[in-house]
Amino acid sequence: MSTATATATVTANPRRAWTKGRIATHVFLAFMALLWLIPLLYAVMASLRDYQFTAQFGYLSFGGFTLDNYVKAWTTGEFARKFLNSAIITIPAVILTLFLASLVAFVLARFSWKFNIVMLGAFTAGNLLPPQALLIPVFKMFQNIEVPFWLSESGTLLNSYVGLILVNVGFQVGFCTFVLSNYMKALPKEIYEAAMVDGASIWQQYWKLTLPLCRPSLAALATLQITWIYNEFFWATVLLQSGEKFPITSSLTNLSGAFFTDNNLVAAGAVMIALPTIIIYFALQKHFVAGLTLGATKG
Amino acid sequence: MTTTTTKAAVTGRGRRIRMSTRDRVTVVLMVLIPTSVVATLVWLPAIATIVFSFFDWDGFGPFAEAKFVGTRWYVDAATIYPAFWPAIRNNVVWLLVLFFIATPIGLLVAVLLDRETSHTKFYQTSLYLPVVLSMALIGFIWQLMFSRDQGLLNAVLGTSIDWYGDPSINLYSALIATSWRHVGYVMLLYLAGLKGVDLALKEAARIDGASEVQTFFHVVFPVMFPINVVVLVITFIDSLRAFDLVWVINRGRNGLELLATEVTRNIVGEAQRIGFGSALATIMLVISTVFIIIYLRIVMKGDQ
Repeated sequence: MSTATATATVTANPRRAWTKGRIATHVFLAFMALLWLIPLLYAVMASLRDYQFTAQFGYLSFGGFTLDNYVKAWTTGEFARKFLNSAIITIPAVILTLFLASLVAFVLARFSWKFNIVMLGAFTAGNLLPPQALLIPVFKMFQNIEVPFWLSESGTLLNSYVGLILVNVGFQVGFCTFVLSNYMKALPKEIYEAAMVDGASIWQQYWKLTLPLCRPSLAALATLQITWIYNEFFWATVLLQSGEKFPITSSLTNLSGAFFTDNNLVAAGAVMIALPTIIIYFALQKHFVAGLTLGATKG
Repeated sequence: MTTTTTKAAVTGRGRRIRMSTRDRVTVVLMVLIPTSVVATLVWLPAIATIVFSFFDWDGFGPFAEAKFVGTRWYVDAATIYPAFWPAIRNNVVWLLVLFFIATPIGLLVAVLLDRETSHTKFYQTSLYLPVVLSMALIGFIWQLMFSRDQGLLNAVLGTSIDWYGDPSINLYSALIATSWRHVGYVMLLYLAGLKGVDLALKEAARIDGASEVQTFFHVVFPVMFPINVVVLVITFIDSLRAFDLVWVINRGRNGLELLATEVTRNIVGEAQRIGFGSALATIMLVISTVFIIIYLRIVMKGDQ
């Protein structure tokens, strides 16, 4: 009954003609897209307005535009310091993650051992465990590992950048190993035979042959990992106990007071914190999407 | 000198080639270093969590002196600890909302975007934008919407509801904020999955007289089985480890208790209750393990 009409719509070349169905689809999608943008657009709007003005006339009024919130958020929230902290944590963590993951992935892809599957499974699973479930032992371990003073002023791995970087690496290596080993398995085996005839060592095969060929997936993973580690909140909050070491993602709480919160100030802070990831997303969209789906769909 | 004695054999078209000692050391180090990092920071702590949950340890003296208490902490959690059942309930509600509301919306949007093929860049981008933001930041962005005195929602509705504070509704406010991100994530995964569906399959169904809706439910959706499992597992695991958002709202109290916040409260809070916190953490571990196994079976199929 209704199938007859449905078939008719399908056959009516959906690519060109603006059927009622297509118009409805676009109206629905446009509605969803705008609905999804409201919180972000509203945050930008609020961040640009004077607190006294919105307190008096409400947020649905117009006027009172200023950039003062950004200046104030930047200075009172010590954003320069916090952004630097984020860089101190994110950059080494991403490099180390990709390096370690590529080492294991290379061996897993290049050689067939008995334990390949178990290894790959163990690495991949680590990424999916709830971090809170590992908190207590990691916390106790870091509290008890003493490190030289130049590495951490606290004298232990707790409350140190090194500890936080290591935890991030430990959690992210699994996912990257999984993605990279799938990618490496797809490389033709013949390239290694030629290299071995030339007497290339395993290390040379890895460093000079495989890694350069993996550039696309490394780029995708790097984009994704920078975003994830920059966005990481849980470990930073619990392992770094002094606020001055907090990365920017854990710092927004500083802007909302205990009894009174200036939402325009929080909005300005939120916009500044969101900006790096949004810029990365727009600049490296292709890599970003590739990285996410690489893991989920086996490339 | 048989090649079978070589532990790691190079598989060059089935031939096995012996490696030099230096190469063998390289291979061992290449595996050993990353493995020890993951083992020390992920697997040993996971095991330690389970062990701690059966002992009464103050966290400062040597663990050897800790007293074995059996399942006492688990019994305490289920019977005495006031936040336990609310936390379980909230985690379940969290999962149900993501699974029955946010995930289907993401799928629907993906299907519509996939069907339209062109002029969809704007829709995709705006739905996807929340995914690049951290959950902590999303908590603050939605505070601007939900705030009682300064929020947009109350200004538009003319109400003065404390969306984040009122314990009877704040869980749902948090879920709106979470869904804002989850929909985009699910959409992205399904878009990739839909691109992988063979067009000939859809064509065949069409020739057989199937409607578009029938084709989707009887042909396209079943073909996407691996993606469905990945989305399902991600939804379950994300519901289980939900933390950042409620922690920035009110540290997971007053209507927003979750397993993850209760575990955290027992270690970084006023009092360190290692055994009890570990028991809660072990419950999280057990639940997540089930889904991790399902996930591994799907994504690693064909590696055997």
